[in-house]
Amino acid sequence: MTMSESGERIPASLRTEAVEQLLTERGLVDPKALDKIITTYETNVGPLNGAKVIAKAWTDPQYRRSLLEDGTAAIRELGYIGAQTEHVVVVENTATSHHVVVCTLCSCYPWQLLGLPPSWYKDPAYRARIVREPRKVLSEMGLELADDVEITVHDSSSEVRWLVLPERPAGTEKLSEEQLVPLITREAMVGVAKIRAR
Amino acid sequence: MTLPMDVEGPAAPPRSNGDLVFAEPWESRAFSMAVALCETGVFTWREFQEALIARIARQHDTSSDWCYYEHWLGALEDVLARQGAAAADDVRARATELAQRPAGHDHDHR
Repeated sequence: MTMSESGERIPASLRTEAVEQLLTERGLVDPKALDKIITTYETNVGPLNGAKVIAKAWTDPQYRRSLLEDGTAAIRELGYIGAQTEHVVVVENTATSHHVVVCTLCSCYPWQLLGLPPSWYKDPAYRARIVREPRKVLSEMGLELADDVEITVHDSSSEVRWLVLPERPAGTEKLSEEQLVPLITREAMVGVAKIRAR
Repeated sequence: MTLPMDVEGPAAPPRSNGDLVFAEPWESRAFSMAVALCETGVFTWREFQEALIARIARQHDTSSDWCYYEHWLGALEDVLARQGAAAADDVRARATELAQRPAGHDHDHR
């Protein structure tokens, strides 16, 4: 670990507090606004927005088409667009073709759709290995894919965020859009899991 | 594994997406400051992201010492220093001051 000019020897908690105090005094942040951001990301955002997009795509063929054609526009239509979701490309998982998302440089992630990135997504091991040996990494994460399933790994960037449209599981034909939403997991929308019917 | 539980309405539990989003409170403060400062235009998301990428790239160690929000905080400090919003010396001086508070200073804090 290199000690930089910003004084890394001082514990992060104290440096954070110092930065917050200075910025508050200078009128650049408002602690109450910070509380609100944290609450929003911790409790309200979650993968719920992404799940709603997927459930709509599963139940509305026309929406599904527009989502795959122009993800950004289709997601904006539902109102889930923000600084982090300026350009979203949606890729579809099928029985023969599997997509999985990583950010090899840092951990770009469509927050507005999926909430905060989970710890494994930020882990250097995932970021490095999913590109080199996706089948093995997915298997370690509990997703066994047959050898004839083609795997595509998408590397996120500041320009493009990827969202995986998972396969709708068998046995959910009678469920409504609202009933489908709770089945849709963040892991499936990153492409490291499949969705199971309850 | 995310349980298919209620996501809206009175029965909905607080969501944490299946794991702790922040390991320690300071991580959430550092996180929210970067989001807030982008929203108010003190710096752009792009600038912050580049600083974060640079921070992460500087760490070659991929051992268990990895702490994502350490880099996040470092990137925030880098961008603030570059912008003149908070110089590294100011942050260091204030943090040092805070470190000298007597034990128990924060027993009723937050």
